[in-house]
Amino acid sequence: MTHILLRHRDIPDIKKLDVYKQNGGFESLKKAVTSMQPQQVVDEVKNSGLRGRGGAGFPTGVKWSFLPNNIWPHYAVCNADESEPGTFKDREIMEGNPFQFLEGVAIACYAVGANEGYIYLRGEFQHIQIFLDECIAEMEREGYLGEKLFGTEYSLRLKTHLGAGAYICGEESALLESLEGKRGMPRLRPPFPAVVGLYGKPTVINNVETLANLPFIVEKGAGWHKSIGTEKSPGVKIFSLSGNISNPGNYELPLGTTFRELIFTHGGGIPNGHNLRAIMPAGASSSIIRVDDTTFDKVMDTPMDYENVQGVGSLLGSASVIIIDDTHTMDWVINKTVHFFKHESCGKCTPCRDGTYWMMHLVGRIHAKEASEADIRLLTKVAAQINGKCLCALGDFSTMAVTTAIQRFPEDFEIKVIEERIA
Amino acid sequence: MLAETYPDEVKAILAKYPVKRSAVMPLLYLAQRKDGYITKQSMAEIASMLELDVTEVASIVGFYSMYYDEKAGKYRMQVCNDLPCALRGADKFLESLCENLGIKVGETTPDGLVTVETATCLAACAKAPMFQLQEGDRVTYYENMTIDKTMELVEALRGNS
Repeated sequence: MTHILLRHRDIPDIKKLDVYKQNGGFESLKKAVTSMQPQQVVDEVKNSGLRGRGGAGFPTGVKWSFLPNNIWPHYAVCNADESEPGTFKDREIMEGNPFQFLEGVAIACYAVGANEGYIYLRGEFQHIQIFLDECIAEMEREGYLGEKLFGTEYSLRLKTHLGAGAYICGEESALLESLEGKRGMPRLRPPFPAVVGLYGKPTVINNVETLANLPFIVEKGAGWHKSIGTEKSPGVKIFSLSGNISNPGNYELPLGTTFRELIFTHGGGIPNGHNLRAIMPAGASSSIIRVDDTTFDKVMDTPMDYENVQGVGSLLGSASVIIIDDTHTMDWVINKTVHFFKHESCGKCTPCRDGTYWMMHLVGRIHAKEASEADIRLLTKVAAQINGKCLCALGDFSTMAVTTAIQRFPEDFEIKVIEERIA
Repeated sequence: MLAETYPDEVKAILAKYPVKRSAVMPLLYLAQRKDGYITKQSMAEIASMLELDVTEVASIVGFYSMYYDEKAGKYRMQVCNDLPCALRGADKFLESLCENLGIKVGETTPDGLVTVETATCLAACAKAPMFQLQEGDRVTYYENMTIDKTMELVEALRGNS
């Protein structure tokens, strides 16, 4: 199959503007701006069934339609803060196929009536900012950005903005705060960014991968997009495969591809003769899927889409699939994930700020074999106190792996306690 | 003063946003380029440029992990040891890097060249072990690293300094 998003793997020089143009580049933007009303673009994307690729899977066209038409200006912001442990797909799109991504940003701006679009990149993506700024300048020279595009009245400017190391800025309201020059702390909602967003104006925020899909949807239509993937999760998805796997990397596959195909056909299986023990399909925020003799076939035959992954007790999220083999125990795994969330908690709300702190200490103690059974019970309790009580999803995310590790891998925690008793 | 050292950059940054305050992050990077970290003087200058309180600027420096208000080595070598990298040997890599440099995480080599730190996920999970090298406001990724390659890099950096 040729790629739809990772097209640089088929056309290596597609990051050059003339090569992108020779391969149909900017035709979709031209088509949208010159022959479609913004509402028609919104409807096309709505009908395509495209769902946000940042993790939540919310229908993109529906998200756009929340912007009120009596408050102006509108802003479109691209979330390029890719920071979920295990996720590295947006980076490859922007590095390899930048113009398709930027064309997608421009189409989204047109659809929501924005004359100004921002691309918020995580601070570590400085090299991508430098590269995208060059690409944007080229597009301006060629008339794909700037004043009166294609001879119409529509004008558009794109700007990049660099974060400075904060996972929380991937949360959309925290991202807006950061873009406004503040600490990246989530806002209390409502009002939602669609109504009160950047600089207090209606704002739509979309992920890089979501936007990179748009040129093809505008060119080939909603029906074409719906013909790929599954009925409720149409289209292709980039699966970032990492951890104990022979061939780690990004794989662009139709939504609904099974775990078996991703892990064994594409990923080459588990190296060094070890066995698959656990899968975290949504990065560090995942509920951990247990894989053993009794569950192996059920998990392997599960289609990876927004609905079916729930059937094996997890979520697809941003499809950052972390593979864990049988040389690792879950107390070690959650020691890693909880340290991450403790570090990244912004500190605005108490359940997350204090909860991640306490979980870190409890998990650290359990991992160091210095815990008692009461500590494991307390850890479960702290996780339950965080869940559903925070300003944003980060708090919830921090508990997913903890709770499911204890529930689904009890032997990893019993051993720690028994060892402690003997000692 | 930033306005004297980088007049063109400061002007371009201030012109970029419809609301002044949004310029604070790029200006802080500029300050870090100038001194290797963000001095109190730079914070005061940025605060006055953007009509903010110095405390507000300082709170932004404190919030984001890539801004520093203290001097460290010329290069900050930040090894990702989050779960995906750790599954591919990042912890062992970090340990042996520290041994080779004769320092602990958070410390700087005696010649002031390299400070070793850990970083949270850098979106390079398939290419671990990896680290980013931060020098002032510049960031460079080094992926699929070995200790040998890293020590060669350190020698090259030492030669350049």
